[in-house]
Amino acid sequence: MTVEIITTPKLIVRDLNFFYGEYRALKDINLTIPEKMVTAFIGPSGCGKSTLLRTFNRMYQLYPKQSATGEVLLDGQNLLDKKQDLNTLRAKIGMVFQKPTPFPMSIYDNIAFGVKLYEKLNRNEMDERVEWALKKAALWGEVKDKLKQSGTGLSGGQQQRLCIARAIAVKPQVLLLDEPTSALDPISTAHIEKLIEELKKDFTIVIVTHNMQQAARISDFTAYMYLGDLIEFGDTSSVFTNPKRTETEDYITGRFG
Amino acid sequence: MVLNMFDLYLRRRIVNSLGLGISVLAMLFGLFWLGWILWTLLEHGLPGLGMHVFTQTTPPPGSAGGLINAIFGSLMMVITATLIGTPIGILAGTYLAEFGQRGWLAPVTRFINDVLLSAPSIVIGLFIYEVYVMQIGHFSGWGGTLALSIIVIPVVIRTTENMLRLIPNSLREAAAALGTPQWKIINFVTLRAARAGILTGVLLAVARISGETAPLLFTALNNQFWNSDMNQPMANLPVVIFQFAMSPYADWQSLAWTGALLITLSVLTLNIVARIMFRQNKSSH
Repeated sequence: MTVEIITTPKLIVRDLNFFYGEYRALKDINLTIPEKMVTAFIGPSGCGKSTLLRTFNRMYQLYPKQSATGEVLLDGQNLLDKKQDLNTLRAKIGMVFQKPTPFPMSIYDNIAFGVKLYEKLNRNEMDERVEWALKKAALWGEVKDKLKQSGTGLSGGQQQRLCIARAIAVKPQVLLLDEPTSALDPISTAHIEKLIEELKKDFTIVIVTHNMQQAARISDFTAYMYLGDLIEFGDTSSVFTNPKRTETEDYITGRFG
Repeated sequence: MVLNMFDLYLRRRIVNSLGLGISVLAMLFGLFWLGWILWTLLEHGLPGLGMHVFTQTTPPPGSAGGLINAIFGSLMMVITATLIGTPIGILAGTYLAEFGQRGWLAPVTRFINDVLLSAPSIVIGLFIYEVYVMQIGHFSGWGGTLALSIIVIPVVIRTTENMLRLIPNSLREAAAALGTPQWKIINFVTLRAARAGILTGVLLAVARISGETAPLLFTALNNQFWNSDMNQPMANLPVVIFQFAMSPYADWQSLAWTGALLITLSVLTLNIVARIMFRQNKSSH
């Protein structure tokens, strides 16, 4: 019944455990995230899906009491290795957050900010890059005449697309989306979902969502998590139509969660 | 049941108007004194206000004069103290907000800063008198400046830390997720987002030191004559007001009123400017 999809692994997670102080928030996670596909993490609040996402770019390192053990391999290279340079890692793995986070600067500078960290571009090249990123994020038409205006003046949905443009301007390989539409209205949400469909041609996308319909609509693979355990992982249609585990079935049919 | 609901509604309305009434009375009580102070200042200060205040130096009793040496001295010392205190305050406040999560240094600094914030200004004046004025052997503008900058520093530290803490962590995370080094996150993202709030804090610190008398009494003292040498005793509005107001001469008293009016109006203006700036900052987020 299940349709086999031919994929190349991009991120491989091996025996990953995560700790908030003493509390073990992720328990021996093993999973493979395929290249240029959309992988969704679903599960009830507190199940560890955001925590898992945040280990992929070691965001937890901002906080002294958080730590991870195990391996996350990006093209075979362990990201959790202490010797792995954080900033080079984050150039390869972009992230967009739940609440839009435009920087307090112009729309243009919001995009150029990240690019300048890694590349020395001249004026023309930077203009082209900014335009490219804004077009990719389906925002160019709305902002092309006001690139010098503050990014904080845009609407919520536009701000979120600005953040996506900012993330892809650096040309990462993986894009992490942490509930990117949960603060947005349905029309903006539809915009972003359509955008994700487009973006997966170039990027490997991992999305955390509370919205099961969203996971079903946009993802190729789905991971269901509960209380720090990865309960089920597979291609989205099988997980939703023919779940192997009763816990998954209970959650997606709304009997639980 | 219907009657009951009506009673409940009536009771809530009565309690509401009672609470509102008391609050309005309290506000009027506060405003009344502020209004009275302003009125008294205008009544006694306005008649003496004229060009001569800004062109002539403080006179001996019985002759005509103005306040230009005191205005200049106050400006010099307030501006220099702000220039010294602001960078120290912003840097320390940034440390507390951005690096103060771990270790013992930040909590200790924060505690000492709180003590300094509420230290009586006369103590600060005496301190500078002891460690600076006594050492060089005479009162000077620099002494006054030092005392004022010690008052500026804790105010700026506190507002800088508070304003940076208002910046949501998600903004720092977003910058970090791009691979931004921490010094760039602080310089170009968080400090920038908190800019207007921090500037407001600086303006409030300026307003605070503009009217301080006690720290200048033991440090800058006063000067009858025009003086632009910071190494000499320096005239300044608060001490001139103190001296002239206590004197038995009517023309000195009148000048003291005018000086008080000038200080009050400039502090009021600074406060209003600070408020407008902070409001603009909020609406842009």
